[in-house]
Amino acid sequence: MTVTTDRQDERLRERAGLAGAVTDVIERARGGDLGVIPVVVGLVVIWTVLQVLNPIFLSSANLVNLTLESAAVGIIALGVVCVLLVGQIDLSVGSVSGLSGAVLAVLFVSEGLPVWLAIGASVLMGAVIGWLYGQLFNRFGVPSFVITLAGLLGFLGLQLYVLGAKGSINLPFDSALVNFAQLDFVPAWLSYTFAGIAAVWLFASGFLHAQQRRRAGLSARSVTTLAARSVALLVVLAFVVWYLGQTRGVGWMFVFFVALVLIMHYLLSRTKWGRAVYAVGGNVEAARRAGINVRAIYTSVFVLCSTFAAVGGILAAARLAAANQSSGGGDVNLNAIAAAVIGGTSLFGGRGTAFGALLGVIVIQSISSGLTLLNLDSSIRFVVTGVVLLLAVVVDSVSRRSRTSHGRA
Amino acid sequence: MTVLSLRGISKTFGAVAALTDIELDVAAGEVVAIVGDNGAGKSTLVKILSGVHAPDSGRITFEGRDVEIPTPAAAHKLGIATVFQDLALCENLNVIQNLFLGQEIRPLRLDDVSMETRSWELLRQLSAKIPSVRVPVAALSGGQRQTVAIARSLLGDPKVIILDEPTAALGVAQTAEVLNLVERLRENGLGVIMISHNMADVKAVADTVVVLRLGRNNGAFDVADVSTEDIIAAITGATDNAVSRRAGKGASS
Repeated sequence: MTVTTDRQDERLRERAGLAGAVTDVIERARGGDLGVIPVVVGLVVIWTVLQVLNPIFLSSANLVNLTLESAAVGIIALGVVCVLLVGQIDLSVGSVSGLSGAVLAVLFVSEGLPVWLAIGASVLMGAVIGWLYGQLFNRFGVPSFVITLAGLLGFLGLQLYVLGAKGSINLPFDSALVNFAQLDFVPAWLSYTFAGIAAVWLFASGFLHAQQRRRAGLSARSVTTLAARSVALLVVLAFVVWYLGQTRGVGWMFVFFVALVLIMHYLLSRTKWGRAVYAVGGNVEAARRAGINVRAIYTSVFVLCSTFAAVGGILAAARLAAANQSSGGGDVNLNAIAAAVIGGTSLFGGRGTAFGALLGVIVIQSISSGLTLLNLDSSIRFVVTGVVLLLAVVVDSVSRRSRTSHGRA
Repeated sequence: MTVLSLRGISKTFGAVAALTDIELDVAAGEVVAIVGDNGAGKSTLVKILSGVHAPDSGRITFEGRDVEIPTPAAAHKLGIATVFQDLALCENLNVIQNLFLGQEIRPLRLDDVSMETRSWELLRQLSAKIPSVRVPVAALSGGQRQTVAIARSLLGDPKVIILDEPTAALGVAQTAEVLNLVERLRENGLGVIMISHNMADVKAVADTVVVLRLGRNNGAFDVADVSTEDIIAAITGATDNAVSRRAGKGASS
């Protein structure tokens, strides 16, 4: 057998096939490169505990609810992941989402504009806010947490002003937007088709990539590994679809959220822009010397984050069928940031994935949903969420230290 | 054949004349070491060549043409690559990602396979000892990082490569590795400018030594027929200096 180009060094241990792939994962985790392991373990623990405390928790009806609840915050968290990747933070996502919901309600209900125009205006407003943050950050060099802290307060004020004296605007129940957030579910056959497409696509893209690598004389994943991976995905997705299908099924809003996650995953991992984002988060000076337009990257990331916050705000308003003074307030801000961090995005920048937002928000929403089911006061909910966030940050710091000592920082 | 030559380069910062009338010639396949004490103007010279600073006066000739180097990008375009002392690598990215940072193949759908193949070519060309290009740079040793930084500068097919203190902060074995690398660059027909404080390294790989002292040329020697003492004398500006006195003490006691 000929040795591939990337496997010629005699110091490399042979790790072929499925067993090799599994060993690799274990080895990486030992070195502190935990990936999604903590959040998956956390999820299992949380779900077990909550299920024991209240058997309704893992019921299909509640899980359907959970997916719908997580979409809005999840989309906001997706934006937060981007900002954290460049080593910055946006503390104003809650306020921006609230303001976006308020603007939508005012334009759509009070002013009677078509719904798509109102949505467009809200999203655009989010983008402008992010652009403004980017300019302030780039031109004046003010730390992002101060800029966005000012934004947190300022946009909350604007939200109250926009809503006016009434302080609450209801969205009509028969509008397409509210339907989308509350009643639109993917038919069962289409859900299974989506699951099938995902599995086939995973295998096909992996197979083509492996072939291309073999042609170039590089090592590649074996067909068995690829097949095992996509069968596993298929089984998991089919089970999820089946279980949620016992009651209402998979909501279109959740599908929309997952689609955004997939798009962001592609942008972050497969494009030049994504590389630049990780590079800026890892070492700004190196990125600048490599000819990356660092300012443009910062601006793009702030714009993305605020835009996602605005989209999340619209969906939250649609789900509630109302925008009021407390939209985007309370725990939305921290939940979104916590979801990003729990999903494995490092607060130190340069590390994290779009899928982290998906996993993180499910953890956060599970806690919130489980504690609500237990009829516990929001005081306890805050405390528990706070503790989980703290745990996630500790795991982040510890694994970072472990990576350093294992030479994987 | 001379690739790069400087004539009468001067640069002042306010009242300080950092460089005065500097002359320098680099030929293809030649290693020129620039030595000098702290504040002799080595870093300023490197910055002028890499487009960070513009000279106040003087001529830069590159491959027979008069050129100006107003920006780092211009230097890169001409074919002058610089590896700074702080290597400026992203520790969270792997070797391939660092090598191609800012010049990725196929920006909208990154071509990992081509980039990995090209990475291996580059590293083989340098006979680099890096077991895997898919590990984050944080996992590499100092010498391996230096290799990655040099390999990255080779991506644009430069004619001249400037190494700023390439062996500073490296161990014995790693230093030897980097010196091998410098020789490999010379064999590949590149002009190499190496800034160094280490006389042993200079004697080991350089063809010519250019000494700077207080911003002026203070001698250019053929390495083959100059002693370390002569170089040190030129650096410090006297035959009677702290280094030779110490050496004398050692001999007499």
